[in-house]
Amino acid sequence: MQQIIDRRLAGKNKSIGNRERFLRRHQAQIREAVKRAIAGRAIRDIAQGEDIHIPRRDISEPVFGHAAGGRRETVHPGNRDFVRGDRIERPPGGGAGGGGAGQAGDSGQGEDDFVFHLSKEEFMQAFFDDLALPNLVRTTLADTPEYRTRRAGFSSDGTPNNLHVVRSMRGAIGRRIALGSESRRELARLEELLASYRAPAAPVLPAQEMAALERDIAALRARLQRIPYLDPIDLRYRSRVRMPVPTARAVMFCLMDVSGSMDEARKDLAKRFFILLYLFLTRHYERIDLVFIRHHTQAQEVNENEFFHATETGGTVVSSALVLMEEIVRARYPSSEWNIYGAQASDGDNWHSDSPRCRELLARDLLPLCRYFAYIQVVEEEQSLWQEYAALAATSAAFAMRKATTIDQIYPVFRDLFSQEIRAR
Amino acid sequence: MSATSGQRPSAGHRVALDGEAGQRPSATRQDAPRLPAPSDWTFDLLDQYHTAIRATAQRFGLDTYPNQLEIITAEQMMDAYASVGMPVNYRHWSYGKEFIATERNYRRGQMGLAYEIVINANPCISYLMEENTLAMQALVIAHAAYGHNSFFKGNYLFRMWTDASSIIDYLVYAKDYVAACEERHGLDAVELWLDSCHALMNYGVDRYRRPGKLSLAAERARAEEREAYAQQQVNEIWRTLPLRPRAETAEKEPAHFPAEPQENLLYFIEKNAPLLEPWQREIVRIVRKVAQYFYPQRQTQVMNEGWATFWHHHLLNTLYDDGRLADGLMLEWLKSHTNVVYQPPVGDPAYRGINPYALGFAMYSEIKRICQAPTDEDRAWFPDLVDSDWLATLNHAMRNFKDESFIGQYLSPRLMRAFRLFSVVDDERATTLEVSAIHDEAGYRSLREAMSRQYDLGSREPNIQVWGVNLRSDRSLILRHTQHDDRPLHEGAEEVLKHAARLWGFPVHLESVDRSGQPTRRWTVTPPLI
Repeated sequence: MQQIIDRRLAGKNKSIGNRERFLRRHQAQIREAVKRAIAGRAIRDIAQGEDIHIPRRDISEPVFGHAAGGRRETVHPGNRDFVRGDRIERPPGGGAGGGGAGQAGDSGQGEDDFVFHLSKEEFMQAFFDDLALPNLVRTTLADTPEYRTRRAGFSSDGTPNNLHVVRSMRGAIGRRIALGSESRRELARLEELLASYRAPAAPVLPAQEMAALERDIAALRARLQRIPYLDPIDLRYRSRVRMPVPTARAVMFCLMDVSGSMDEARKDLAKRFFILLYLFLTRHYERIDLVFIRHHTQAQEVNENEFFHATETGGTVVSSALVLMEEIVRARYPSSEWNIYGAQASDGDNWHSDSPRCRELLARDLLPLCRYFAYIQVVEEEQSLWQEYAALAATSAAFAMRKATTIDQIYPVFRDLFSQEIRAR
Repeated sequence: MSATSGQRPSAGHRVALDGEAGQRPSATRQDAPRLPAPSDWTFDLLDQYHTAIRATAQRFGLDTYPNQLEIITAEQMMDAYASVGMPVNYRHWSYGKEFIATERNYRRGQMGLAYEIVINANPCISYLMEENTLAMQALVIAHAAYGHNSFFKGNYLFRMWTDASSIIDYLVYAKDYVAACEERHGLDAVELWLDSCHALMNYGVDRYRRPGKLSLAAERARAEEREAYAQQQVNEIWRTLPLRPRAETAEKEPAHFPAEPQENLLYFIEKNAPLLEPWQREIVRIVRKVAQYFYPQRQTQVMNEGWATFWHHHLLNTLYDDGRLADGLMLEWLKSHTNVVYQPPVGDPAYRGINPYALGFAMYSEIKRICQAPTDEDRAWFPDLVDSDWLATLNHAMRNFKDESFIGQYLSPRLMRAFRLFSVVDDERATTLEVSAIHDEAGYRSLREAMSRQYDLGSREPNIQVWGVNLRSDRSLILRHTQHDDRPLHEGAEEVLKHAARLWGFPVHLESVDRSGQPTRRWTVTPPLI
């Protein structure tokens, strides 16, 4: 019996379960490393893998073994000039080579960390570990099914706008060839016959036979003529079917104060917060729209680049952004079809009498539409906006607010904002 | 041999086979054509080569399990590495660690993967990596599927300790059982338990008693029975506590338990630990069984690798002499062979102790040479071997020894000179190391003894046994390390003891005694409160 089995296609990644267990065991170190990486990384590179260092002692598996000491005799190959009774200086760092293969090598590298690479997915997994999206009620298909049409080959009936011309004509040619081949062959034969009789040296045929021949030819021509160029059975239409699409969509509104008091550092802080939220949402929704609204005394919708990089000056009217957000929601993102998330970053500066209005706008108009609205303040001092929002946060579960003043606070704040306990409330 | 001499170019490398020409059935020395030798393999070519190698192996009477060759990718090879070479195993983080380390080194190009992994099972499974060239595949087939395979089937340790036909079944059972435990008792509990079992894995081996064979179904049924009754039986020990005054020292009592020291710590724990859940006992048992399965491999490194290397060398050379192999293919595998049997001298940066491939290959080749072309020295040293049938002698050597005794029996003075062996004594009481013997007339015997001892697992691993249990006080377990040549335990001992304490469930003491029986050091660990 002789067998050669091709296993190449089967059972890849058998070790994945072991790898998971390994990662699980070193969760604490991995989380720490991820936290450091987030703090130090450029924003653009946030969703990447990371090298994780784990001290070797943490992953060692202890076994009984001998230490240096006592008496031991080891045999080595490659004697050059030793003779019996020679004395050798004790080499530094224990015995010469040791009995077991590899022992010396292992202990030589003992101080190194065990380094391995965390894949992007694993990195993000650690990053979002035990965070759960608040009020994570997907606007699911069951309630408001969403369909997308997609192609499904060709069919013989359909509407004219779906007519596939090339396919139809190809069918017509085939049909014409098939239907006319017998007649064409006969016609060719008769024409050849006729031509042979008309040749100069040909035998003379009686006139009525000649006429019959010509009549047959004419009849065949007429028959061939009658084969339709395009018949209804040739027509082919692109077939499209409606498929339910199993995705829930989300839109994330980024609101940021770009008045003069928001300097680059504060904007960077805000940006990190937005990015975290975005990455977080990408794990839960297949499609996410981003809407950037910046404001000083007036709000405007801008693209991402302008949002983060353009500088403006002037006073601050926060409510303008909230009004614009509501308008956009009403116009483009009906809340029955979209999960709406709001994230607002500000230095807390606001035109004094505007803050109560912000609170009112949020409570009355926006929060009922939103899954969640998070406010982050990038400075320590509390002004009227903070106080108004604080009152709001006390009454609404869909609203959360925190302060973060340095980059390394962003991550804890983010975790805090979206931790499961909010959800439980 | 002359059948294809017309097309055979002058042989640069040949093994002399003329001595035993009569043994080979001439039917197989037909006019078989030279095998095609492109660089890339195909299934058809593998089949042709396998057929040729098998026929040659049969000519030399290699007795093997049926072969199952499997083509795998490099990634699958790393998977196999990580789970100690087995096609299936229970899940544990340490295998994940192994995999990550292997993968990392491989990706960085620091190491090549082994060309082959072969599994002691029936049928014997050999993995061929798809990246290998045809020459390497031929080498691997000869090496693994015929060399290792026949060793697995023939060597007494493997015959006695492992059951090739049931190991895969058993591992499937183990994997399912551990997975079921993880589901029932949580990943953490099972992981901690496996960690602890692994720490004592080398002490989960019966060195003398032979384990029974069980089929998968029987094993499952037995496991259930054990779950039902093991607890009761264990309690027997503790139930019969006599009501005596407490003030005695239990380990000096005549009613000593166990009556004799036990070498198999895991077995002792499985059967006697007082408070284990049934699943915990079963996992101890699984780890113990796996350790037992690998025990012969640890004792026959030199013999096993040497045997396989000798036979791939011999089989492929024979095929070449028969005119079946092309020159290019020969050179390719010979280059690889030469790398494998290279022994760097001491002091070389690449030196990692004695290379088992080099030593084993040299020793089998040497036995063959002594049988065929003995010198006067050989006649004095190996009177039994001289002029005997080399195949039978080699077979006898393969079947009935382990590394320790194999070296003690067959290491020849000529080899000691060839390897330029010398032994060094490292005594902590002396300020310098001393060269105790070299490859000369005065040193051969002691050199051979030292070398043999070096391969004795009993002296390589600390000798630790169950000495007693404090039946009448705190149920603590007493382990005893009997020092070999006054060599102390290293610092990891305390960590291992923590694991032992977790398994035992009550305090564990370890005492290290010197040759006079006096304890020189003690450790005591109380079990963690889980």
